[in-house]
Amino acid sequence: MKRRQFLQQAIPAAVIPSVLNGFSARVLGDHPMLNALLNTYVESDKVLVIIQLNGGNDGLNMVIPMDQYGNYYKARTNIAIPENKVLKLSGTNAVGLHPSMTGLQSLYNSGKLRLVQAVGYPNPNFSHFRATDIWMSASNSNEQVNSGWAGRYLSDQYPNYPNGYPNAAMTDPLGIQIGSTASLTFQGPSVNMGVSISNINSFYNLINGIQEPAPPTPAGNALQYVRLVARQANQYAGRISAAAASVTAQGTYPTGNTLADQLKIVARLVKGGLKTRVYMVSMGGFDNHALQTNTTDTTTGTHATLMQRLSDAIQAFQNDLKGMGIEDRVLGMTFSEFGRRVRSNASVGTDHGAAAPLFIFGSKVNPGITGVNPTISANPAVGDNVPMQYDFRSVYATILENWFCVDKVSLETIMLRNYQQLGLCINPSCDTVNAINDPRNAGINLITNYPNPFTQTTMLNYTTNGGHTLIQIMDASGRVVAVPLDREQLAGRYQLFFDGGELPTGVYYIRLQNGAVQQVKPMLKVR
Amino acid sequence: MDRRAFLKGGAVTAEKKASPANMMRTNTGIRPYSGAWTKNEVMHLLKRTLFGASMADIRYFSGKTMQEAVDELLNPTAPLPTPPQKEYDVTGAATPDNDVANGATWVNSVNNDGAIQGRRRASLKKWWIGCMLQQDRSIREKMTLFWHNHFAVETVDVGQANLLYKYVNLLRTQSLGNFKQLVRAITLDPAMLYYLNGRLNTATAPDENYSRELQELFTLGKDNNPNYTEADVKAAARILTGWRVDVNIASFPAYFTASRHDAGNKTFSSFYNNKVVTGRNTATAGEIELDELLNMIFSKSTEVSRFMVTKLYRFFVYHEIDAATEANVIEPLALILRNNNWEIKPVLATLLKSEHFYDVLNQGCIIKAPLDHAIGMCREWNVVFPQAVSEFSDAYGMWNYIMTIASNHQQNIGDPPSVSGWPAYYQVPQFDELWINTDTLPKRNQFSDLMIGNGYTRNGKKIVIDAIAYAKTLQNPGNPNLLIEELMDHLFRIPISQQTKDQLKKDFLLTGQAQDYYWTDAWNAYLASPATTALFNTVNTRLRGLFKYCMNLAEYQLM
Repeated sequence: MKRRQFLQQAIPAAVIPSVLNGFSARVLGDHPMLNALLNTYVESDKVLVIIQLNGGNDGLNMVIPMDQYGNYYKARTNIAIPENKVLKLSGTNAVGLHPSMTGLQSLYNSGKLRLVQAVGYPNPNFSHFRATDIWMSASNSNEQVNSGWAGRYLSDQYPNYPNGYPNAAMTDPLGIQIGSTASLTFQGPSVNMGVSISNINSFYNLINGIQEPAPPTPAGNALQYVRLVARQANQYAGRISAAAASVTAQGTYPTGNTLADQLKIVARLVKGGLKTRVYMVSMGGFDNHALQTNTTDTTTGTHATLMQRLSDAIQAFQNDLKGMGIEDRVLGMTFSEFGRRVRSNASVGTDHGAAAPLFIFGSKVNPGITGVNPTISANPAVGDNVPMQYDFRSVYATILENWFCVDKVSLETIMLRNYQQLGLCINPSCDTVNAINDPRNAGINLITNYPNPFTQTTMLNYTTNGGHTLIQIMDASGRVVAVPLDREQLAGRYQLFFDGGELPTGVYYIRLQNGAVQQVKPMLKVR
Repeated sequence: MDRRAFLKGGAVTAEKKASPANMMRTNTGIRPYSGAWTKNEVMHLLKRTLFGASMADIRYFSGKTMQEAVDELLNPTAPLPTPPQKEYDVTGAATPDNDVANGATWVNSVNNDGAIQGRRRASLKKWWIGCMLQQDRSIREKMTLFWHNHFAVETVDVGQANLLYKYVNLLRTQSLGNFKQLVRAITLDPAMLYYLNGRLNTATAPDENYSRELQELFTLGKDNNPNYTEADVKAAARILTGWRVDVNIASFPAYFTASRHDAGNKTFSSFYNNKVVTGRNTATAGEIELDELLNMIFSKSTEVSRFMVTKLYRFFVYHEIDAATEANVIEPLALILRNNNWEIKPVLATLLKSEHFYDVLNQGCIIKAPLDHAIGMCREWNVVFPQAVSEFSDAYGMWNYIMTIASNHQQNIGDPPSVSGWPAYYQVPQFDELWINTDTLPKRNQFSDLMIGNGYTRNGKKIVIDAIAYAKTLQNPGNPNLLIEELMDHLFRIPISQQTKDQLKKDFLLTGQAQDYYWTDAWNAYLASPATTALFNTVNTRLRGLFKYCMNLAEYQLM
């Protein structure tokens, strides 16, 4: 429900007239001042859970391009998942999952998982730090933004936080981060909008009133005193404890799985009635430059364990939400700061790469797959990356618009730019419900080029459904080297002359984006 | 003046629990400390005797022996701070002090205009904060605060800023001098004559206010048995009659008027051996009788010395004094005070060089007072303030901000809550726990959040913690383990577990990654190209996150 409607219905007349001279709330709902006051706040019981995979997850071994298995195997023989071990997804033979992801396979097949292929951004950065900051701030690659995308959203919804919070309308933390501290994701324009539960032990201590050990010394005694006051002063501690305490039975979660531990807490807090909208959890260990798999059996080893933990944790979480009857309120997404290279290295690992697939999960996802497998060339160079099909900010923008019902104007403020909508999830309360783009478009060529390979120039042939149409040329590392087209067009078929004379020879990718639709095609420049 | 309740409003302190039965205590005494003199001991000494220990201070004193370090702290060589300047405007004053140039000191300018005096009082308080922020490498500023708490006045009650400057100057110049002489000087201090009504104490209308506090708060305390009596308070008040203050000449002197003095004999109780002070009516009667009074009070040397040593001990070591500390520390120090004819320095020297002071059980057990927290934060992180000379107006503005912060945290320099000083320094059983409650602790965290975040901006100038500049003062900031190690050692006086250090390293410096070289690479990349915004931001945001978190930990409140 929009906040305006909410206020009109929920705020008793006695509250508003004292400020607004006795006009009825309905009339005043159209008063410009009240409109400004009401801003863009949208009443919502929807929750987003963000799972951060620290270190750069190897997307090509998580989602295996079965339609190009030969090239996949050739590019990474020492870590490739055997074809017959890849988990199949119903309705497609082109895409399969890592063998240890039976949980996510089952979620996919029951319509609670959406896979978004090759998510990245133009001109990828290969530093963990910088790439993480880009993902969290939703900035351009060459741009410094010191606030986070979720922080900007929460700041838009709850202006002036923390002044006047908690209050009757918002009793709870706006965002909760578990497992790490004060993430950039939650950083608002001026203050951090999130509350950190810095580790799970301290969370349990918080809800159970346990004090961490302090030495039996005068200093330890003073320390315990300050900690005691700190707990009493934590304005949200009581609410979090009460919410957690009110949930006495939960589903079964795997043990020895820190992500599962964190998601179990999230489920408990959501069920316990916290109005918190965004939760952030994380798991680490994805930076596998060496020994990513066991050499004897590539379906086992470090990455396999991570895949299993991720998959098991999400499945257990989803089952728990269902069991507690709150399944329809929660949407989840995974992300990692980057994927890995197409080719594996000699130490049975993979190096920092670019785009990678991510998952959206929940009972209200649009099930299926967004995008197609990346094209794997027959002989990829060491530095070759998976080119981006979808900008990660399109994923955020879609969730904000279609899950949290953020209007277009606010959306552009929060996301800093206008991004493509991907139709990933369904919340009927929102005005905008974007249709699912089904751009697997097997056999449909939205964009092609001729000649290919080319030496100097080539002709781009493309189809647009009308509206904003964008064509980008990316090199093998993911860098955008040219933008031949970026404007509004009428629907139809067009031709565009592209001069690549200045470019070095090698593999390039043409990316067409038109509304919710896009397609990425390789082309080769030769001498 | 009535003593006011300290806690106003609804802030909640946790209930004092008796120290746990298993809490370890020490039997060490005043024997010279002969153990290791490492950064740990240096930091303990500096955090107790200065407002925070900067890295430069720590390195400086690490290059000396413990004896040399204490001697240097106790023997300041830096000149006294230059007096407070006119940095205020005179708008609204009926009699503006146009004789004082902007930027010149007002302390020698007679002006009884209420508006001017109000602005001078504010100027004095800002300046005092500036003195602490710019303190030399000596205990002088800390002792000035100690005496301000001991011989408390409230600027708002005294009113006359010029008298208040003389008062602060007295405390500072005699901060390491002779206690008995200081008591005499403070008795005739014009601000004190205003604050405890000495100037209104006459033969016909005696005022017992100062007489009572002289014995109860300044010298003997109220816990002796037997002790001075109500009759003794009255008798001493009669001795102190006749003193006045002249606010119309630039030296602002106290002076004696024999005609207002009670010339009768004053007889004291058996506590003072039924001492009789013969009444006089000469021009020197006031001084002669005062000396007799002070000799009589200080003849109760055991009581006075124990009282003073206890107060010093609580200020510099720990609030709880058990039987072992009483016997091994308080009594021997009291003897030193008596044997040295009330000189303060030998007591402090013995205490600060003692094995008891460096006992590990006496480290980290004081909860920072608001001034320790606010000033120490600025000094330890090397926060740069506007130039005190060339930008004095901006400097006073910033000092005013720090003063307001400490005041919001319940320590308003120049205006303690009552003549007893700040309860956290004396109130049984909570003592320094009183500084921390559900109102002040979040405020402390908000202040540190601001200083490590956007900083405080005023008039186009900014004070802020420069995270990268601080990191550069560390020995090896490119190594995340050593960075965390040195940071924790600097900020905290209580050990942090390796597990926590590893977690903080991973969460902040490595952004969740496992390999240390990601931080090292980021730091080196920044050093190689410091002007590149992206490289700067990458290390700056991570350092700021880490520093912010550390200052929010309970451990940061201890010293």
